[in-house]
Amino acid sequence: MITPQPRLRAMLSLSITAVFIGGLIASQWLLTDSVQRMQFGARLAPPSLEHWLGTDALGRELWARTLAGLALSFWVGCLAALLSTLIALSLAALATLSARLDALVSLLIDTLLSVPHLILLMLIAFALGGGTQAVIIAVAVTHWPSLARVLRAELWQLRQAPYVHISRALGKSRWFVLHGHLLPHLLPHCLVGALLLFPHAILHEAALTFLGFGLSPSQPAIGVLLAEAMRYLNGGYWWLGVFPGLGLLLMVLMFERLSSQLRRAL
Amino acid sequence: MLEAHQLGFQFLSGEPLLSGISLTLRAGQWVGLSGDSGAGKSTLGKLLAGYLTPQAGEITLAGMALPDSGIQPVQWLPQSPELSVNPRWRVGRILREAWTPSEAQCQAFGIHPRWLSRYPQSLSGGELQRVCVLRALAPGIRFLIADEISTMLDPITQVELWQALQQEAENRQLGVLVISHDSALLKRLCPQRFHLSSGQLKPW
Repeated sequence: MITPQPRLRAMLSLSITAVFIGGLIASQWLLTDSVQRMQFGARLAPPSLEHWLGTDALGRELWARTLAGLALSFWVGCLAALLSTLIALSLAALATLSARLDALVSLLIDTLLSVPHLILLMLIAFALGGGTQAVIIAVAVTHWPSLARVLRAELWQLRQAPYVHISRALGKSRWFVLHGHLLPHLLPHCLVGALLLFPHAILHEAALTFLGFGLSPSQPAIGVLLAEAMRYLNGGYWWLGVFPGLGLLLMVLMFERLSSQLRRAL
Repeated sequence: MLEAHQLGFQFLSGEPLLSGISLTLRAGQWVGLSGDSGAGKSTLGKLLAGYLTPQAGEITLAGMALPDSGIQPVQWLPQSPELSVNPRWRVGRILREAWTPSEAQCQAFGIHPRWLSRYPQSLSGGELQRVCVLRALAPGIRFLIADEISTMLDPITQVELWQALQQEAENRQLGVLVISHDSALLKRLCPQRFHLSSGQLKPW
């Protein structure tokens, strides 16, 4: 059997994800009031032709709220993953400047990796007063260590390359070597690292919100939908938790798949 | 004048590789260095170019220590040109990293203008070596350590490369240390030659 090339697979994966995300973003312009519109005559209605994924306790359409929740999770995940990657890259670059800075960065990485993720997330989100910004910052400042460790190791290896020594001998500054020789090599690592961070970021955002430390209950976040669903699961209203959960799972799996395909292709 | 006084060197987990090495390289002088594999020829070249720090002795340039920053007056040309260039840079950028050679200089070293827009992976080892040699000849360079630079070249290209380098060295009074296993090549290029064995230099 002929297997598709890694680049072709990555392109296919990228196209599917782009269509999904494009649809998700477009749906937010089309569904402006469907997300919050209450239908008191159709409270907790099960999935049907009229209410595709059912309705919640206030008669709001679950498909519209799930789409809105996924879109919100996407933006939070994007910003948190981007910020996290920037922190990881900056600290890895800083570590190459001197042995003392390297020891400091390594200590910081080890310290953060030794603290349980969720506890630190809750503490930071709580300290920042909750809300979208607090969640993004909390997720970003707790997710960079693993990527920073990879980037730091990669930079140390690259620094031993003869062309780096030759560049220094030709009179080039440390800064030139860093941005001219070293950082361009790290871009694929950063891209894949950010994509791998993204599913973690949205899962932790949902977990934080579910636990009450994240986004405001007035926002149609996946974590809010799941927390609300918990109150009604005993009553047999399964659709309240299943569809937002499946939507989140689908998005996480899609980005996991994309990042692993890109890692093979790059 | 590049001088090495009583140099001693050993890697972290090993026996002393070089001991009591003294060598003088004057402006415009060509000195040959031969030795068995693992004798420490490349290590001595790297010490002279400031890539490694000796554990004993000192290296001086006109009586002063080698500079810590800026363009190094002693340039080391390694054996593998593939490792000496950034694989993400085009050849033109690699060549002009420190200075911009003239068209005549490119021609003298057999560098074709169409190579400049290509990536190093698409050039042969010999073609890439010529680019590396010319890149190292930046203004301000006074000494060259040529470490087996013509091993991968065909005989005609070897002659062209050494002729171009001899011409450039004569014009600029560059001192050149030629490291090679090829005793015929060393006899042809270098009036003064040394053999490195058991960490010691012996004239031949």
